[in-house]
Amino acid sequence: MAGEGDIKLLGMVVSPFVVRVRMALHRKGVSYEYVEQDLFNKSELLLRSNPVNKKVPVLIHGGKPICESLVIVQYADEVWSGKGASIFPADPHERAVARFWAAYVDDKLFPAYIGIMKAATEEARAEKAKEALVVLANLEEAFAQCSKGKPFFAGDSVGYLDLAVGCNLFWLEAIRKMFGVTFFDVGKTPLLAAWAERFAGTEMAREVVPDADTAVVFAKKLQARFGSNTSAK
Amino acid sequence: MAGEDELKLLGTWASPWVSRVKLALHLKGLSYEYVEQDLDNKSDLLLTSNPVHKKVPVLIHNGKPICESVVILEYIDEAYGTTGPSLLPTDPYERAIARFWVDYIDQKLVIPWKVAFTADGEEEKTEGIKQMLAVVQTLEGALKECSKGKPFFGGDSVGYVDIALGGLLAFLQGTEELCGTKPFDIANTPLLLAWVERFTALDAAKVALPDVTKLVEFAKTKRLRI
Repeated sequence: MAGEGDIKLLGMVVSPFVVRVRMALHRKGVSYEYVEQDLFNKSELLLRSNPVNKKVPVLIHGGKPICESLVIVQYADEVWSGKGASIFPADPHERAVARFWAAYVDDKLFPAYIGIMKAATEEARAEKAKEALVVLANLEEAFAQCSKGKPFFAGDSVGYLDLAVGCNLFWLEAIRKMFGVTFFDVGKTPLLAAWAERFAGTEMAREVVPDADTAVVFAKKLQARFGSNTSAK
Repeated sequence: MAGEDELKLLGTWASPWVSRVKLALHLKGLSYEYVEQDLDNKSDLLLTSNPVHKKVPVLIHNGKPICESVVILEYIDEAYGTTGPSLLPTDPYERAIARFWVDYIDQKLVIPWKVAFTADGEEEKTEGIKQMLAVVQTLEGALKECSKGKPFFGGDSVGYVDIALGGLLAFLQGTEELCGTKPFDIANTPLLLAWVERFTALDAAKVALPDVTKLVEFAKTKRLRI
């Protein structure tokens, strides 16, 4: 066992990128010490472990830090390849497709929904909501292609792309509560809507994903402090 | 070999992202058909192979498309695991470090470079240059860390980070003319300066990178959107 006793995760409760890593560690059946960070008052440990970006999540394994959520997820799957469930498929082309869509989610979905939250005008908000819906329409296509009729992007059980998309769901729910945006319209994105429910119902999600209300409270705190950079990857 | 193994690369001659893929294919010793694309008049093949982004590079392997340069690099390394040298290290921690730096290059270097190149206002341009140079300084540190005194980010041989940065080399070499500042200099980035010389001397670089003069001319006339 690769030094399993010495695993620490620096995180922040409502960061979807931290949630993503927690999901991955859950899939691998790995136990770790979780250390909540105050991003407005960054700890020595965080600054030392991620001097380049100064963000969470940071996984510290045997004293060595790994940064960037998708890098951490891949690391976990490789270093604990014999443990728990495989996060990545075996086939190189399927792996490439999963990586492509995960990058797409981070490039396009996250900025769109954060944009909805940060928008200063109704107009700007509507623009961002429109962008988010375009992304979700593409993800509906992706789901059809990748799942091939099975319950998850990865097939019978959750995999890399499920984690990459799924970690954002509680924020989408928070934004729906705050601004009334419907992200999962059973008429427009039926596969994704069904997947989102299924995903939220997994044991992994129930254990690791915070309540949407926690994100709402956080968002409201941020709005009071408008202009602070909260994008934690 | 089970039948024909067919590789096709859709690209444009100036694109640094396409150069990355050419570098990887060359380093692996893989033959492929290169198809130059006209991005002002996109081909059916490009549009069906990359419907989401409609961009190059696209690698088509036995009819199956792979998009996004970084995704393609990892694909090449995995699909051709036993052909030629490995592009990524074998150790999981070293792989994570390599992936981190490639992500850093893509997230942090390109945007300020573009600002430095395209900004109309002096203040904006200066800010772009400042940010770009700060990123380059961080990469100098990364090279020191990753190479551990050896010639490349990948150590003795070219690796994933070398290819990711190397693909941008023609643009980096044209930076003085395009942005008004040298990205590398002997005082601040001696390791990177030496790395540039070493990298451009590689056969793969000669094949994969566009001619700097031609690129600079092209960029100037088109105010290139990379």
